[in-house]
Amino acid sequence: MTDKKWAFEELEPGVTIPFGEKKVGADEIIAFAQQFDAQPMHLDEEAGKASILGGLSASGWHSCAIFMRMLYDALLVNSTSQGSPGITEARWKRPVIAGDTLTGSTTVLERRALKSRPGIGLVTFRHLVTNQRGETVMEMENPIMFRMRDAGGAA
Amino acid sequence: MSLDRFLRVGETITLGTHTFTADEIIAFGRQFDPQPFHTDAEAARDSVFGRLCASGWHTCAMWMRYNLIGIERDAFGPWEGPGEKPEFGPSPGFSNLKWLRPVYEGDTITFTRAVTGHRPLASRPGWHLVSLSAAAHGTDGEPVMSFENGVLMKAG
Repeated sequence: MTDKKWAFEELEPGVTIPFGEKKVGADEIIAFAQQFDAQPMHLDEEAGKASILGGLSASGWHSCAIFMRMLYDALLVNSTSQGSPGITEARWKRPVIAGDTLTGSTTVLERRALKSRPGIGLVTFRHLVTNQRGETVMEMENPIMFRMRDAGGAA
Repeated sequence: MSLDRFLRVGETITLGTHTFTADEIIAFGRQFDPQPFHTDAEAARDSVFGRLCASGWHTCAMWMRYNLIGIERDAFGPWEGPGEKPEFGPSPGFSNLKWLRPVYEGDTITFTRAVTGHRPLASRPGWHLVSLSAAAHGTDGEPVMSFENGVLMKAG
């Protein structure tokens, strides 16, 4: 049993969970890039403007990390999540530019009980991250494992 | 063909090796992925993982750090022309990312990359899409992470 809001049972196909808003500042873009992705378009305003991306842009891996925090705050923190085996596909559709405000949502595509792990189910989500103009900046398909509320029940 | 030689198509290149400390696992976890097994050694003992381990996104970001270090060092072959030496641009995304095993505090991880192919982009003259396989493995040689990636490259 669990007192969490989201267990396998609640995550039915079609359920959509909105993300909060996250404004992405130049300082955090540069700090992430210095540590993990030190390319000029992620480190320097002028180099960013001169690049194909058109401004100081976040590393795609930074966008993924920011998305992770949005997913955590919107769903995982109050769930029976048991971690994820990976990402089926992720697309960086548009750059995240310093000053952008991101939001988005996740939608359950499908789910199934895991025969190999009784009491655990695999839920596949389609995550969407958008900017302040409503443009999609990132799309992702991702299975996550959740404990069942009632370990004896099935999907 | 010079692009094949420059990109070292088909070769698996070792990019570098990194030991994940508890401090950096917790710092990344607190900022981006504050699940208890990424932020608290005590709580991690009661979790499915049993010990403090890095966020999967931390492992990916670390791959990127060593990818750039590898590029600076010798991960690409000499450029034999014609034209300017190719320049790398943004990536359209990745697929088939697998977090195969947890990366625990103190684990020493080796990062690799292999270019699998390249093709000119009809939509962007002068640009190519380079495909690559990324991976990371522990000291026992067992993989902990892998994914397929694409990156744009200006050449020719």
